[in-house]
Amino acid sequence: MPDTPLPADGWIGRPLPRAATRRLVEGRGRYVDDHAARGELHAAFLRSPFPHAAFRITGRDAACALPGVRAVLTAEDLAPACRSWRTESRAFPGLVSPEQGPLARERAVYQGEPVALVLAASRAIAEDALELIDVEWDELPAVTDPAAALDPASPPTHLDLASNLAWRTEFGEGDVDAAFAAAALVVEDRITFTRHTGVTLESRGVLATYDPAAEAIEVRLSHQMPHQMQLHLAELLGLSMGRIRVIAGDVGGGFGIKMHVYPDEVAVCAASRLTGRPVRYVCDRIEALMADIHAREHVMQARMAVDAEGRILAFDVDDIQGLGAYSIYPRSSTVEAMSALRALGAPYHFGAYRARLRCALQNKVPTGQYRAVGHPVGIATAECLVDLAAAARGEDPLEFRRRNLVPEAIMPWTNPAGGRMAELSHTACLAEFERLLDLPSLRAEIAAIRAEGRCVGLGFASVVEYTASGPAAYGPAGVPVAAMDTVVLNLEPSGDVVARASVAEIGQGIQQGIVQVVADAVGVAPSRVTLHTGDTGNAPHGGGAWASRGAGIGGEAAWGAGRKLRAEILAAAAALLQSAPEALDLREGQVTDANGTPRMALADLAATVFFRGHDLPTGLQPQFTATHQYRREEDTFLTTNGLQASLVEVDTDTGLVTPLRHWLVGDCGRRLNPLLVDEQARGGVVQGIGEALLEACRYDPGNGQFLTGTLADYLLPMADNAPDITLGHVETPYSGSVLGAKGAGEAGTCGAPAAILNAVNDALASRGARVSEMPITPAVILRALGTLEAAS
Amino acid sequence: MKPARFDYARPETLEGALAVLAEQGPEASVLAGGQSLMPMLNLRMARPGMLVDINRIPGLDAITLAGGVLSIGARARHAEVLASPLVQQAAPMLAQALQHVAHPAIRNRGTLGGSLALADPAAEMPACAACLGATIVLASAGGGRRVAAKDFFLGVYATAIEPGELILRVEIPAIATGWTHLFQEVSRRHGDYAMAGLALALRRKGAGIAEARIALCGVESATRRQAEAEAALVAGGIEAACQVLGGLDAMGGEEVTAAHRIHLARVLLRRAMGTRN
Amino acid sequence: MELTDEPTADIACTLNGEAVRARVPLRQNLVDWLRYGAGLTGSHVGCEHGVCGACHVQVDGAVVRGCLMLAVQADGTVVETIEGATGSGRIRALQDAFFNRAALQCGFCTPGMLLQAAELLERTPDPSRAEIREALSGNYCRCTGYHAIVDAVQTAAASLRA
Repeated sequence: MPDTPLPADGWIGRPLPRAATRRLVEGRGRYVDDHAARGELHAAFLRSPFPHAAFRITGRDAACALPGVRAVLTAEDLAPACRSWRTESRAFPGLVSPEQGPLARERAVYQGEPVALVLAASRAIAEDALELIDVEWDELPAVTDPAAALDPASPPTHLDLASNLAWRTEFGEGDVDAAFAAAALVVEDRITFTRHTGVTLESRGVLATYDPAAEAIEVRLSHQMPHQMQLHLAELLGLSMGRIRVIAGDVGGGFGIKMHVYPDEVAVCAASRLTGRPVRYVCDRIEALMADIHAREHVMQARMAVDAEGRILAFDVDDIQGLGAYSIYPRSSTVEAMSALRALGAPYHFGAYRARLRCALQNKVPTGQYRAVGHPVGIATAECLVDLAAAARGEDPLEFRRRNLVPEAIMPWTNPAGGRMAELSHTACLAEFERLLDLPSLRAEIAAIRAEGRCVGLGFASVVEYTASGPAAYGPAGVPVAAMDTVVLNLEPSGDVVARASVAEIGQGIQQGIVQVVADAVGVAPSRVTLHTGDTGNAPHGGGAWASRGAGIGGEAAWGAGRKLRAEILAAAAALLQSAPEALDLREGQVTDANGTPRMALADLAATVFFRGHDLPTGLQPQFTATHQYRREEDTFLTTNGLQASLVEVDTDTGLVTPLRHWLVGDCGRRLNPLLVDEQARGGVVQGIGEALLEACRYDPGNGQFLTGTLADYLLPMADNAPDITLGHVETPYSGSVLGAKGAGEAGTCGAPAAILNAVNDALASRGARVSEMPITPAVILRALGTLEAAS
Repeated sequence: MKPARFDYARPETLEGALAVLAEQGPEASVLAGGQSLMPMLNLRMARPGMLVDINRIPGLDAITLAGGVLSIGARARHAEVLASPLVQQAAPMLAQALQHVAHPAIRNRGTLGGSLALADPAAEMPACAACLGATIVLASAGGGRRVAAKDFFLGVYATAIEPGELILRVEIPAIATGWTHLFQEVSRRHGDYAMAGLALALRRKGAGIAEARIALCGVESATRRQAEAEAALVAGGIEAACQVLGGLDAMGGEEVTAAHRIHLARVLLRRAMGTRN
Repeated sequence: MELTDEPTADIACTLNGEAVRARVPLRQNLVDWLRYGAGLTGSHVGCEHGVCGACHVQVDGAVVRGCLMLAVQADGTVVETIEGATGSGRIRALQDAFFNRAALQCGFCTPGMLLQAAELLERTPDPSRAEIREALSGNYCRCTGYHAIVDAVQTAAASLRA
């Protein structure tokens, strides 16, 4: 592709609302459960009430006899229609992850694991039937605490596995021991991150319709990667990909929760295959809290070595990850831990790094990718150590950071954790950050508030995020994940452009970004571009939505396809106008000469080509369908950088922490649509606030029962738990692509927990207290202050 | 989750409702606001044989003030009670407390009677009723009776209501001269059930306290007037009262321990009295 | 819908301005009936225990959680969903403000959020940001972080007062 610059006053970069949201504000969204299907059956799952149990289904007759019940299915019933699977990855050699099937056989290894499936005339009747299935449960010891799980004396998560170690690794460059020996200052902390989950407001759902005559299945699914699911359903159901159509229409939130292969969704597809009927399943909130992937259960023991001038020498980290009963399919739950360890300290220059990781199997639902994947854990750990070092040195924590941020002059630079730092803008971001916060005024304001006796704190977080993963992320691992995207453009006889793209819209607004790219690349108004995504029946294969890749990868495919279509249009116009393509331009659907004088409407050109071919010169065969597939050839990740600050108030009597204000400055390369990028940042920050202060999946320490099973127990940030969030921007387009866009959607979540943790500790410093766990509940604060006794 | 099956009756008169309740006994659950019952039905934690929907019965939601008595119909919606000038005038504590109850859409349906009948130990209305010395007026097919708040709340989800009985209204002595009302609570988020809540009515005399009425929510399993703490507050001041609170048999829990609840009760009392913690 | 022995009742109500008669399972909640029985899928189900607000509808002029009412209780009432509120134009200012401000992303919380915001503005025409946050504190949004929603409600409030 010729390297053509973006139009100066183009659509790319304009803060336009996402056109498709007009439907949504009118209640015209079409989420999975909004689609009707004639003759459908409703599915309900019998799920293990125990974290670990052997089971035997001894009677189904009563359940089957209930009026309206069509079938009661177990693993044996589904086996002819569906294979089992096992998570494997060359990136994690020796990974221990037992075989999984759509329904458990003989033993359940996490509470909520699906054990049987009822198909009935309504969900209510299906649930009635669940109660009539006779099951003998033989409860087994449950393994919950990840550190305890690694003790050889611990009961096993799986009875046929001797150990609960799923995987271990050690990596890093440089002489860490020498660095610590030579250090003028060593700071250390042990930070506990509590398991939590994504809570998409639209829970997972599937409507599977198998046509026995065509031997084909249509699967409406609330999912972030319809093409990935098409691939895996083909494998598991034993059908060719061409016989599988996966449709992800409107998706009510993804956040990584809807990235994975879930046994219940596969079971529903298999059930439709077996019965030849449409089968509908909506995972209700109780099931979702229990059986969606969880994330972020880590115990980080970390040290940082600093020299006499306050420069970071090394990080030494020990990470115990609570992985769950299985490694999530197909990517592996271990990806989160590696992401955390690679993100730790990434903003900074240092010479040595050692990370030791042990991933523990537990009788809990598997963990998986959840927005910001691991970054919040690694970043909070490093940022905590940075604040400890600054305090030990008696200096401003921002100054400590400034001194240690990777200087532009040495980039590209690969740090000792193996992270490649290139084209980062730490200096510019820091300058914008300081301008945005107006620190002298802010500090004066804080001093005044403190003089009133209120306990407030300001905390910072410096963030480097690895976005828009390229082929090297999963390719060498042998995991079939598409790190490329495809866009197909058709010019319609009316002069409209219909686009089909492999990106996935999950609310982040990529549809709008792609429309703006296509509009500029071709030369038409965005209102004349219609974009289809999410349906494997018409959208070409590609990666979907993960790792904030839509703009950086999908955008390039859209630009390439648009330029190809534009070239065909101009070639055809030139032939008809007896001009040369270089002398013509295409703007807002008008072919013009170089001065902008209109020569021919695109609609007229299109109509001529489609309907008046006899008027075309001999040999002119315009190709008004253009395709471009894009993969990034360099740079496994596109690194982005930013800074966040949180101002919190700690009520030292009640232990309640209130975020008062939040600031974020980020550089995600070129922003295709600044309005939508901004709101992604804000949404991400509040998810991080939830992580820092509210959200926790809790388990009974005795029997391992899941305790936070409703939204009354699992606390989410609501409108009055979130502050206003002030944003600042630096834009350093990535030099390795035409658009220069990098990933933007997860940065808020990457850094917000760290900023909150540091803010709380800044507040508590005046009381001689600190906290080292998340979520920072009132009990955590009160224990740190000595008001309540330490937990046993 | 979807509820298990139930029969459903929607009597148009009080007599009709009482007759159904008498006939069904413990198999019947009263459906008023439904804001607590419906979640339990949906989760299949409650499985009544019959729901008796009392939302059509006239006269159950009146709010009146006469003869020094504020009368609130059992089916008065939280939103109505919160907005009522009579409540603001005669029992401002209720209006203060209702601002902590859930969220607007729930307050549009939830009822005072429903909250009292549920007797969740962390709920605000029972604590207010106990503090204010409310009388709960019950009716059944066999007649009516009046139960003082102090005898009404027996434990977690346990009240003095007998099978077949329906709360008709709650009668509250109107606030008298010299008295102030205060309700305050500590919760994780606005609208959540309280980790601890304080319903306090005071009559000051000069610099001291002449009379005090204290009830807590979120602390003990059954809300009641804290007579010992009241006496200590009057006789010995705040610290004496806080001392007494330390002896309460508070509810335990992993997330919020008994010690935590007692601590919060003390914080609330000190803040209510205007002293620092 | 296949005939089973599911106990039902007949209801008559005004739904989005139209007189409607329906046979509803006794145990079916209002939002499920609206979605499956009446084909009005704009109200959403997020939790079925009254916490998230995705199911908000208006019954006899008040916003309620559609998962906490039974369909049979709609008998004799006036029900308005997001579809009706759209058709009547009464929430147009809010819808425009949400759209322009990007106060929605996945859109799943949006109908419930709009109806609650509309009720707030009826009662409080010039709400502060804190009042808006408190009024919407029973509507869960995972995508936006609420800031843009507060902005949009303020914009709509101002345009309605103009």
